[in-house]
Amino acid sequence: MADVKPRIRLDKKTAQKGDIVEVKTLVSHVMESGQRRDSAGAVVPRKIINKFTVELNGKPLFAADLEPAISANPYMQFKFKAQESGTLTFTWIDDDGTKITAEEKITVS
Amino acid sequence: MSLHVSRREALAVGAGAFVAAAGGLPAAALAKNDADEIIKSFTGGKEPLKSKVKLDLPEIAENGNTVPMTVSVESPMTSASHVTDILIVADQNPRAGVVHFRLSPLSGVAEANTRIRLAETQNVIALAKMNDGAVFTDSKLVKVTIGGCGG
Repeated sequence: MADVKPRIRLDKKTAQKGDIVEVKTLVSHVMESGQRRDSAGAVVPRKIINKFTVELNGKPLFAADLEPAISANPYMQFKFKAQESGTLTFTWIDDDGTKITAEEKITVS
Repeated sequence: MSLHVSRREALAVGAGAFVAAAGGLPAAALAKNDADEIIKSFTGGKEPLKSKVKLDLPEIAENGNTVPMTVSVESPMTSASHVTDILIVADQNPRAGVVHFRLSPLSGVAEANTRIRLAETQNVIALAKMNDGAVFTDSKLVKVTIGGCGG
């Protein structure tokens, strides 16, 4: 499979308690909507990332249920308030159950 | 000569009036997909208030395959008062559901940004549900020049 390593950018990895942290994420995925037809006229079956979750130290921080109306190579950006240090775990789940995961550490003082 | 100009003028006025009318009608009246059911299921039949939610989309989307969208909701995001869900719906896509964001007090801020596909000119509607069940909404009419549904 092509490079599926997700790209994650936190605008700060060290923060004061109460700071707003902006997170940008990008994952390579065709997000085949199930609406297209191939040259033979057959419908190209749907294959998308349908779930994106972010946990901080195992607790849900942000999540999105994606539909085929999300563009290819899903870009998800969100903000959160820095409250505790730890590990952010990002998970993308494909229709077929495959998971892509990545981690980022954040230090909050 | 004058006939040619006045016909073009008439078309421009007509197109303008059409777009104005389309923008003015309530989103539900124009929906050609499952938008109404999805919205009703999310709101529990409650009438959402047009407040607190800010939906940002370009007025004109050059490429319907990738339209940037930001949604934010005014909320302290404390345990006592926070946004639990934000639903985005597009009323003329083959299927209305676009994305459903799930938040918690741990989020601290209710804001998300992504890129969406729009098949044609349509209303994009954001609905935000609070922990106490209250529902708020905002919507934008996006004109799409090249549709984003493949093919």
